[in-house]
Amino acid sequence: MTAYDEERLAKLIRALRPAPESWVRAAQELPLARKGLDEIVARAEADAAFRERLIADLEGALTAEGYERDPAVLAALRARLTSA
Amino acid sequence: MASTLSDSQLVARCRAGDQAAWGELVERFSRYVYAISVQAFRLPESDAEDVFQEVFARAYQHLDKLRDDAAVKPWLAQLTRRLCIDRLRASARERPVADEELVTAEPDETLAFLDEALTVHEALAAAPEHCREILDRFFARDESYRTIATDLDLPSGTIASRISRCLARLKAHLEGRSDGPGPSGVR
Repeated sequence: MTAYDEERLAKLIRALRPAPESWVRAAQELPLARKGLDEIVARAEADAAFRERLIADLEGALTAEGYERDPAVLAALRARLTSA
Repeated sequence: MASTLSDSQLVARCRAGDQAAWGELVERFSRYVYAISVQAFRLPESDAEDVFQEVFARAYQHLDKLRDDAAVKPWLAQLTRRLCIDRLRASARERPVADEELVTAEPDETLAFLDEALTVHEALAAAPEHCREILDRFFARDESYRTIATDLDLPSGTIASRISRCLARLKAHLEGRSDGPGPSGVR
């Protein structure tokens, strides 16, 4: 069994500080963002030129096409494009 | 209010498409994922944000591939470590360093410390709300006695003694606890 004194407990509580709220919110909204993501992925599968633009410059290509650059969507899209 | 769901129950609900459960899972592990990237791997904030989002994006995408729902914590930890190392390797391509330097740079001691911190936060999540609130505000959010007293409508002269009592209670809980599975409970 680990023994804890007050100082060590304080240090351990302090070690896990809250992540920025906006990061947490974006990750929590991922299921909703996925709806937009699925549309982009479907289009990338059907349109090779669009897919090439996404691979070359993901954020730029999305902006040019009028998609919202949601951080969670970008992260998921990077994962999809690199794993495909 | 702290969730009473175990990690495996929470994962099962996420897999069933329960959006509230997904929100709870992110909340439960957000501090842990954040701490690994900024404390253990010392990523700058912008890289840490990318890693944070990618960890949860991949977790959401691959949740159905998790073999043991109760193992979500080590799974997320491993995913975070891997993405942090990828990020460091990408940075190293711009500023070349020896490959061994990256490998040996993995700070195992800090990771073990963060695992222990998660255990303490798990116990904290199970503590009475007044203790959870006051300890988290003071230690994890760096709030002053005055701010805490104002927000919680308490006499500021009692904050120090309340913190001390809550720490004693948390210590008793941790030292007397069984090792059974439970929610990781970071809130």
